[in-house]
Amino acid sequence: MKAAIVRFPGSNCDQDCFRALRELGVDASYVWHKESSCAGYDLIVLPGGFSYGDYLRCGAIARFSPVMRSVVEEAGRGTLVMGICNGFQILCEAHLLPGALVRNRSVHFVCEHARVRVENCATPWTRAAATGSVLRIPVAHGEGNYTADADTLLELNVNRQVLLRYCDAHGALVDAANPNGSAESIAGICNRERNIFGLMPHPERACDPRLGTVDGRVLFESVFETLGFRIAA
Amino acid sequence: MTEPAITAELIAKHGITPDEFERIKSILGRDPNFTELGIFSVMWSEHCSYKNSRKELRKFPTDGPGVLVKAGEENAGVIDIGDGWAVAFKMESHNHPSAIEPFQGAATGVGGIIRDIFTMGARPVFSLNSLRFGPIEGDGASAKTNRRIFAGVVAGIAHYGNCIGIPTIGGEIYFDESYDGNPLVNVFCLGVLRHEQIARGAAKGVGNPVFYVGAETGRDGLAGAAFASRDLTEESKQDRPAVQVGDPFREKLLLEACLELLATDAVAGIQDMGAAGLTCSTCETASRGGTGVEIDLAKVPKREIGMTPYEIMLSESQERMLIIVKAGQEKLVQDIFEKWDLPYARVGTVKDDGMMRVVNEGVTVAEIPARPLAEDAPLYDREAEARPAPAEIDLSTLGGDAADAAREALLKLLASPSIASKNWVYRQYDHTVRAGTMVLPGSDAAVFLVREADKILAATSDCNGLYCSLEPRNGARIAIAEAARNIACSGGVPLAVTDNLNFGNPYKPENFWQLRECIEGLAEGCRAFGTPVTGGNVSLYNQNPKGSIDPTPTVGMVGIIADARHVTTQSFKQAGDVILLVGGLGDELGASHYVKVVHGRKAGRVPRLDFEREKAVHEAVRAMIRSGLVRSAHDCSEGGLTVALAECCVSDKERLLGASVDLGATGVRLDQALFNETQSRIVLSVSAANATAVLSLIAWRGTDVSRIGVVGGRDLKIGVNGSELSWPVRELHEAWFGSIGRTMEG
Repeated sequence: MKAAIVRFPGSNCDQDCFRALRELGVDASYVWHKESSCAGYDLIVLPGGFSYGDYLRCGAIARFSPVMRSVVEEAGRGTLVMGICNGFQILCEAHLLPGALVRNRSVHFVCEHARVRVENCATPWTRAAATGSVLRIPVAHGEGNYTADADTLLELNVNRQVLLRYCDAHGALVDAANPNGSAESIAGICNRERNIFGLMPHPERACDPRLGTVDGRVLFESVFETLGFRIAA
Repeated sequence: MTEPAITAELIAKHGITPDEFERIKSILGRDPNFTELGIFSVMWSEHCSYKNSRKELRKFPTDGPGVLVKAGEENAGVIDIGDGWAVAFKMESHNHPSAIEPFQGAATGVGGIIRDIFTMGARPVFSLNSLRFGPIEGDGASAKTNRRIFAGVVAGIAHYGNCIGIPTIGGEIYFDESYDGNPLVNVFCLGVLRHEQIARGAAKGVGNPVFYVGAETGRDGLAGAAFASRDLTEESKQDRPAVQVGDPFREKLLLEACLELLATDAVAGIQDMGAAGLTCSTCETASRGGTGVEIDLAKVPKREIGMTPYEIMLSESQERMLIIVKAGQEKLVQDIFEKWDLPYARVGTVKDDGMMRVVNEGVTVAEIPARPLAEDAPLYDREAEARPAPAEIDLSTLGGDAADAAREALLKLLASPSIASKNWVYRQYDHTVRAGTMVLPGSDAAVFLVREADKILAATSDCNGLYCSLEPRNGARIAIAEAARNIACSGGVPLAVTDNLNFGNPYKPENFWQLRECIEGLAEGCRAFGTPVTGGNVSLYNQNPKGSIDPTPTVGMVGIIADARHVTTQSFKQAGDVILLVGGLGDELGASHYVKVVHGRKAGRVPRLDFEREKAVHEAVRAMIRSGLVRSAHDCSEGGLTVALAECCVSDKERLLGASVDLGATGVRLDQALFNETQSRIVLSVSAANATAVLSLIAWRGTDVSRIGVVGGRDLKIGVNGSELSWPVRELHEAWFGSIGRTMEG
């Protein structure tokens, strides 16, 4: 299985994603944002960071990078595309996913181990998990407050596109467990076709037991199952 | 353009004394021109030359078996961590800029120390910071100012560190009146590299081209090093242009581009442009290389038009580097910096004449022998005047000794900002990026898995300024001991130390005495623990209208943990576990946070410290941890045993656990038993099955240990001198966890 990790200037979780995927046995490689193609990969990851410094609006400039044209094409062809944190913001800016990520409710950057509940396990991203299961995964962002108009939210719910919601240890969607004020506690969504997934939590930071949680693995394992890839022992 | 004439007034304005001016004339063999005067003024400022502290700094042990690059040789020292891997680390202050402009001051402090690390060829992997502010509680004008400075500094550190993707995983924060209006912002960064990757800041190879890479030069931060070498006064606000503006995005690109370039064979030398910018980087590289460097200012990328040579040479614009490239490899530099969309220019050449020569539009505007400029700043012995030792505290002046008062005292201590949880701060820092944080912020030491090297490091920063103000030497000794204790509690062995010496104006004899005492105290500690000093920073002239800051020799210590199974945290893990106290009950209440916070006095003798006893405690605890017998370990520091026990109960918010402790009849006052700060003490929890074994193993080593209680329940209960004190753990958690957030968010 081949994975592309797109590096924008200012990406800073690219190395973490690269290492996490490599450690799981994936043939991961970097694709520089100035390249015109990222075809030929089974999975395309847009990693977290501050692409272009996020000086205009998070992800707003990265969507115009040369490589993004190819990402859009590949996505249209059904390739799996995953945007983590800043990558999620880029996917929204590029209109590959609906809605937007705005300033956290607290106004502060927030870094903590959040809990998210898996809302729909019938997708390529969650099939190795059980619906309703609770994952403990770090978040770290200043603009992770998911916002969309009522029609969009309704559509996301009707089509079961919400894959992760912030919750407490028991899986309850309480306000105190929502780190950024996201609408309906949304932490991750996919497109209608299910092949594009954006999420604020960082699964690549939750793959090594020495760091206290390996709950991020199940998302990657779902991808492996989808692609028929056997993971490293 | 005519330059100002060199008058006595202009010389004084540059902070150069008449004697120093004579020395400059003898180095040049003539009078300096305006640009040269500016160059000398920044290079011979305290910040760059350490002229008032260098003689004292020579007292530090700097050598050891693992030292690959010694203190002072390069931008940061380098220490072996085994298997061909090494770490470069250093701590540096940005106090004055943060006082004037907290956000940018702190942000550029982070940027500066990160550049120091990747200049060495190391990839920066984590940061810590050690901060001091005036009191933040209350409605007074100074509290409001302190809150604004505190919030600004934290936001500035978050802005820079989060964007560049280097996790901020720990540190310490204290609040005290002496830091009113003069915060301390000491930032630590550590990077990892292979032994063969160590890069040097020397201009080697006559004829090699000199490249300028990174951000364009502007007028920001003009002569910031000189600014940092003066007293902070009301008028300092007018110095705001001396505060630099940081761009972490640019620095991220610069970091990646430099590491990519250093991985090739094209670089002969590399130096960041920090304090004193282009001036310092050119003369230092030439001096280290035993060569000369000639640069042409017309070729320097600039942000503004009409900049004079004086301004270009003294600018402290951020995110810039000087790189000496091996002749013939210029194309590589060009390719890499174009890939990363960074400005670059060939600005000069390495020469064989030992001169730093600056040319502008075909005219030589400065010509100074590089080595004397970089190395021969005058060194001073300042007058020192000892302050009398403080009197032992008279316990009868602390009022009655009722159990109720002691009960309230613990809540007050836990909620006091210096002791309270710093979660309001570290939640704003990305502390999990680089996927290596094994112990989250808030335990004794930060623990980080360096994935590149598969090594586990522990790091801590420590300094009790209250101790150092009362008895500087002993305070400094304790700072080292506490740092080593924190490393031991985390399961590690100390490797080396960096320090950041924050003091007042050295021309005041009492301040200079404090500086000398603290340096000698740190040196004693470093020798005792076998931890060489790998470098650091001196920040003098820290004061406010009421006086100097408490002397604050901040210690940054790095240790190594042999095995992931040894990583130990401070929180209690399981009901039924047995609580042991290593090092005895103690009785020294002088200089304690109890006396300060509850009784409003900074008074008394500082606790005694015996290095042999301290080391024996560490060895005992480490041996138990390595044998897999320890569930939690936490040292007793501010607030003594009772605060330590409370922290063990509440510091894992997902697993609050009570404890029942019996201290028996102690023979001393209740508050003395509960809150004394006698050194060399560690609280352990161990499984009930292992308790007897651990007790006898530690006792067999000759170290004092006793069983004091059991983990469990919803309350912390302490029986002492026939009284039973009890606190619901929820109440303790609430007091401790939410205190700073309540103060800051209102």
